[in-house]
Amino acid sequence: MTLDGVLAGVLDGLLAALVLAAAGWTLAAPAAFPATIGFVGFGLLLTLAWVRLGAPDVALTEAAIGTGATGVILLLAVVRLRGGEEEVSAATPGRALVLAAGLLAGAVGLALALAVLALPDPAPGLAAEAAARTAPLGLGNPVAAVLMVFRGLDTLLESVVLVFTVLAVWSMAPDRHWGGRPGPEFPRQDDGPLALLARLLPPVGLVIGIYIAWVGTDAPGGKFQGGTILAAMWVVAWAAGLVQAPSVADRRVRLMLVAGPLVFVLVGLAGFGIADGFLAYPPALAKPLILVIEAAMTLSVAAALALLIAGPPEHPPERVT
Amino acid sequence: MSPATPGGSLLVLALILPVAAMLVAFVLGGRAAERLALAALGLGALLAMLVAAAVYRAGAPLAYAVGGWAPPLGLALRADGVTAAMLLTAALVLLAVALFGRTGHATPPGLAEARAPFAFWCFLLALSAALAAAFLGGDLFNLFVALEMLTFAALALACLEGKPSQFRSELRYLLFALIGSVLYLLGTVLLYGGYGTLDIALLAGRARADAPTLLAAALMTAGLAAKMALFPLHLWLPPAHAGAPPAASAVLSGLVVKASFVLLLRLWFWVMPPLAAAAAAPLLAALGAAAILAGSLVALRQARLKLLVAYSTVAQIGYLFLMFPLALAGDAEVAARAWLGGILQASSHAFAKAAMFLAAGLIAGALGHDRIAALGGAGRAVPVCVVAFGLAGLSLMGIPPSGGFTAKWLLLTSAVATGQWWWALVIVGGGVLTGGYVYRVLAGSLTAPPVTDAPIGDAPLPAAASRGPQLVALALALVSVGLGLLPLASFGLVQVGRLGAAP
Amino acid sequence: MSGAPIFGLTGAALVGLGLFGLLVQAAVLRKILAFNLLGAGVFLLFGVVAQRGGTAGGGADAVPQAMVITGLVVAFAATALAVVVALRMHQITGAATISESDGAEPGGSDAA
Repeated sequence: MTLDGVLAGVLDGLLAALVLAAAGWTLAAPAAFPATIGFVGFGLLLTLAWVRLGAPDVALTEAAIGTGATGVILLLAVVRLRGGEEEVSAATPGRALVLAAGLLAGAVGLALALAVLALPDPAPGLAAEAAARTAPLGLGNPVAAVLMVFRGLDTLLESVVLVFTVLAVWSMAPDRHWGGRPGPEFPRQDDGPLALLARLLPPVGLVIGIYIAWVGTDAPGGKFQGGTILAAMWVVAWAAGLVQAPSVADRRVRLMLVAGPLVFVLVGLAGFGIADGFLAYPPALAKPLILVIEAAMTLSVAAALALLIAGPPEHPPERVT
Repeated sequence: MSPATPGGSLLVLALILPVAAMLVAFVLGGRAAERLALAALGLGALLAMLVAAAVYRAGAPLAYAVGGWAPPLGLALRADGVTAAMLLTAALVLLAVALFGRTGHATPPGLAEARAPFAFWCFLLALSAALAAAFLGGDLFNLFVALEMLTFAALALACLEGKPSQFRSELRYLLFALIGSVLYLLGTVLLYGGYGTLDIALLAGRARADAPTLLAAALMTAGLAAKMALFPLHLWLPPAHAGAPPAASAVLSGLVVKASFVLLLRLWFWVMPPLAAAAAAPLLAALGAAAILAGSLVALRQARLKLLVAYSTVAQIGYLFLMFPLALAGDAEVAARAWLGGILQASSHAFAKAAMFLAAGLIAGALGHDRIAALGGAGRAVPVCVVAFGLAGLSLMGIPPSGGFTAKWLLLTSAVATGQWWWALVIVGGGVLTGGYVYRVLAGSLTAPPVTDAPIGDAPLPAAASRGPQLVALALALVSVGLGLLPLASFGLVQVGRLGAAP
Repeated sequence: MSGAPIFGLTGAALVGLGLFGLLVQAAVLRKILAFNLLGAGVFLLFGVVAQRGGTAGGGADAVPQAMVITGLVVAFAATALAVVVALRMHQITGAATISESDGAEPGGSDAA
């Protein structure tokens, strides 16, 4: 083994140990807040692991969605969900149950570890085929080709899931709040670090977000990662009180939320006429069509993520008319 | 493999129609959402019939490679006999629930849009889309996405009323469902690592009985069993299903659990090698038998009508698992009978249980409570509901003629024919217990209403429910009974595409 | 390509840790955190499978990687939904767990 190989092995081992330590802290932390901070740290370390696994697209998604957006939602919830210590300690299982749970979880983990080591070698897969069929489509990133072309139906259904989820979250509101603005309302901040951040960051973030979404067909990136950055910019401005969340009854917001999946469906159906069938692209038009879908999806992903972070409407609608 | 069989485009339409309708209904909102949902669900029922007819006529599964990319690189939609039967069941039950919901979920006059009706119609479409994806999907990862769609839509419907008591049980349901999905996903990664594809038809020829594959099957089975509330993972189901509004309970108990069931069939009858499946089958059936007995016994002891109906779901799901050792038995003819019995049980239970939950909801609405001890007068206030409940009960018990009878009779005779008489005993015992709890409800409903001891305001006089919803419950119950009147030969559809069946 | 075995073991360990947390943690939010650890472990295994299946010259297998991206978005949606239901439960009933110990009687429908 070369020196580089040894060094890489040591690095990977260290990274794996840190990932597991952060996961252990997330479970063992004395309170929900430090646990959630531990989870965010865990996510960042995991992002590095994804880079080491040769998956920059996944690393970006893990950082943006798995760690960033998930972390924000959990932190907001921790702040709002206080108390209940007595209830929690009453519901905490006794020693025997913990031992049994440990044995079960340990057994599953061990069996899984053995199974992963027993997977066939050389590993079967679609690496060569996916790579070979990406270039003729005019795309440079095989991951984007899988998401938009070979397994486009997965992505279509998943973008529909985001719409479901936004509506599900909204529908948790009490009846009288229907038509109101999602989430808490933050007082407008005109100075302080958040206000400064909220003014400086969005222009830069907007450019970066659009760029990451744009290059996704050829390089690591894409609608989910770019859309998340756009959503984050809005969330910063929202938390600083600079912008208000739109009402859940606002048709424009709803249109923005469904734009991605709807354009995807329409292009897919157009495939019956202009190509071999549903979700098929004519070779010459593949890239432009995919870019149109990606653009609409970026918008929808950004809207969905921002609104999921905001949560259900918490106030009755303002009567302006 | 060929990218698409004739009629394959039907599968795309069956999936995309509810998806598109849901997206548009979400934007338009208000009454437009209701009209769109009714139209799309009606059209969906028509499409499901066309799919069933096409499968029956072809005598072979329909397939469609999405985007023209054949598996393993691409995704396939497939419809065989099971798909067609479940798609049709789901479409009819959903249409019935939509008609039922027109009374309770109309947008109030004077409002452009109200929360609960808007969410109800959108999520009915969402559920229709998710079920179509779950029944048509030919790829195990695509099916994971479908399962998650189903979970989210079902949860939102279950929480629709926003009652304080609901959130805890629905949250428990959500966590169980999510853990179930993750365990399922864990299995798929091992399968991809082993075979480089997640396409069910391709895996069917390739899967070995090695350690990663067996662990994958165990994890996926545990996950799906948790989602189906198979004993002993059943504790989340009764409060979650009973606490939901009647229309939601009907689809949760009748349809949502069946998606996991179909996946379980795909796993054990298609993906896994027969020897491994034969080894696992008795265990699955033993858990099913325990579910039948425990669920029925606990249902007998319930004080609340909706909880009784929900525990009955735990028991009826148990019957589905009895088909595994019977349909895997060596004899081809017995296997075909057991197979039909299982699918017919899934379908007739969907109709019967939807009818029961809708009827129970109307009874509770008319009486102002659902305490079984005080059901007196229900027979006079909502007679159609009580009849619907009774007819659905016949099907659950397995009294001829009913779909439930045919299903249980097929399972019972298969058990006797393969010498596995102990499953036959469970079927008979479960039927007797079911008779017991259905009788409790019917006997209580047919007594005279309590006249004196009701303090004013606490127990209002039974109020008659409107006719439309009652008739919907009755229609569902009649379908579940009517399935038993069809000659067995007319169910040839269900055998199409079953591995090992004569082509 | 040396990273696969070690991250494979890490993924398996994360699944075990997450499962353990889901079983023993009482507070809902801690359960949701544990669910995310469990999910991360599963996704990591997809990453390992993708790298094992990589070609010698080219990169890793893009198909499982794309599945992880889809899975991450779905897991985020699940987390958002679970958090909202937990918050609503807390707002309305003050509860922070989903244990049945408080004798609440779910499922009954008084006062229709």
